[in-house]
Amino acid sequence: MTEKENEKFRINFGPQHPAAHGVLRLILDLDGEVVERVEPHIGLLHRGTEKLIESKTYLQALPYFDRLDYVAPMNQEHAFALATEQLLNINIPIRAQHIRVLFSEIGRILNHMINVPAQAMDVGALTPTLWGWEEREKLMTFYERACGSRLHAAYFRTGGVHQDIDESLINDIYEFCDPFLKVVDDLESLLTENRIFKQRNVDIGVVTKKDVLDWGLTGVMARGSGYNWDLRKTQPYESYDEYDFKIPVGKNGDNYDRYLIRVEECRQSVLIMKQAIEKLKPGPIVTDDRKVAPPKRAEMKISMEALIHHFKLYTEGYDVGPGEVYASIEAPKGEFGVYLIADGTNKPYRCKIRAPGFAHLQALDYLTRGHLLPDLSAVLGSLDLVFGEVDR
Amino acid sequence: MRKILYTFKNLIQLDFLKALYTAMKYFFFRKRVTINYPSEKGKLSPRFRGQHALRRYPNGEERCIACKLCEAVCPAQAITIDASPRNEDGIRKAIRYDIDMVKCIYCGLCQESCPVDAIVEGPNFEFATETREELLYTKEKLLDNGDRWEVSLVRNIERDAPFR
Repeated sequence: MTEKENEKFRINFGPQHPAAHGVLRLILDLDGEVVERVEPHIGLLHRGTEKLIESKTYLQALPYFDRLDYVAPMNQEHAFALATEQLLNINIPIRAQHIRVLFSEIGRILNHMINVPAQAMDVGALTPTLWGWEEREKLMTFYERACGSRLHAAYFRTGGVHQDIDESLINDIYEFCDPFLKVVDDLESLLTENRIFKQRNVDIGVVTKKDVLDWGLTGVMARGSGYNWDLRKTQPYESYDEYDFKIPVGKNGDNYDRYLIRVEECRQSVLIMKQAIEKLKPGPIVTDDRKVAPPKRAEMKISMEALIHHFKLYTEGYDVGPGEVYASIEAPKGEFGVYLIADGTNKPYRCKIRAPGFAHLQALDYLTRGHLLPDLSAVLGSLDLVFGEVDR
Repeated sequence: MRKILYTFKNLIQLDFLKALYTAMKYFFFRKRVTINYPSEKGKLSPRFRGQHALRRYPNGEERCIACKLCEAVCPAQAITIDASPRNEDGIRKAIRYDIDMVKCIYCGLCQESCPVDAIVEGPNFEFATETREELLYTKEKLLDNGDRWEVSLVRNIERDAPFR
């Protein structure tokens, strides 16, 4: 055995590893400190969501979407709600649309406020994490006040949203916006110019334009490499075409560009949130089609017909009619899509979930080959993986 | 010129100094945001979905009429109900109402579906136990929760009523 061969070895990274961002297990082939091959082992958080949904009615399937990407739960519900609405061919009230946009953008900040500091923590900075969690805490309080749960919302229902939000919550969200921009600036002053952060991230994990297409990367991963591709602009869903915001696009496609884009997206999200609050006018928040959305409780207690609708909806559910649909949204991590096949019963025949993290993880081997071992955790942090959605 | 400026900034470590200044500003002049958990608690909204409870009418009669709507809608199939006419007056009541709190995903569909406001998810979130068996709630346990939390349950339902 030669000296050279002795330096090659295989190590196990995770699943219990603080830089693995959850339950990722990587088999690393190393040559000294150089990574030769990365083999991700996923499935440690597999719950069979897709199969489970086949045996649930459309209403019952909804809470399971919160559990996919659990750092930005309402965004995943949004894709499912859009898919069922397209099958039913119904329009949702204006107020519900703006509430959805408002909470989708809160979800985006929730995600970026965990990803940016986590990426910083992967390369050795702890302070941003504490600040990021503090902002998340405020936003999760808004979630809790809107839907009753800090994480598992079950708020975006087919035909609108579950409950209306009151004025005090809207005011509090508005008051959150400007101080938050200050925190983003402070957070940037810790990282953007920091030489250690730059040494660890500039020109690491470079994704070229071709790689984006080859590996099916979406979201920040695609925008970091110069694609001006954001589903909110390119194929506007909900009422995003009424909003005025910019899409940050990177140049080099490295970790550092992706970090800058995420920080800028936080600012743009605040802009959208403010616009959404201004657009919020009193009105219905859920469709008045009683075959889809249950009646108000007060009505249900006095009207026989409403009670019948209530019982039908909570036992049998509703039938979205036979058909296939693919609905996708710009989740904070990338394109999150739901492909539904309905067979004319009250349950979906098949529900395929396109998780952006899954596509991003498959590029990990390509991105880190030939890099040093410490770069692996920096790339992992910038891929923005959450194992709820990768493993599904 | 730009290069000289860059080198100068690099030499005096301006990036670190700026970051240190910001961090120290936060450290000294920021209002404390953490809470001392078991003694202090965060605020909860009336919509909070915590531990379940079965409520009674003010005269002590159980609200639940065993319509099994919550059992049907529960996505995790955590609720089991057996219904039967009661011995004394023949009124249909639940003789068994079990919630497996280990299965429950706290989606709130049971309290949404309940036509008589019997099953509710209350404001209590501190019900961790040492064994799993203690988390298999029976009807007695749930009614006991209802009696214990009735005051805050009623207040929450009243405050949230315009939005339901």
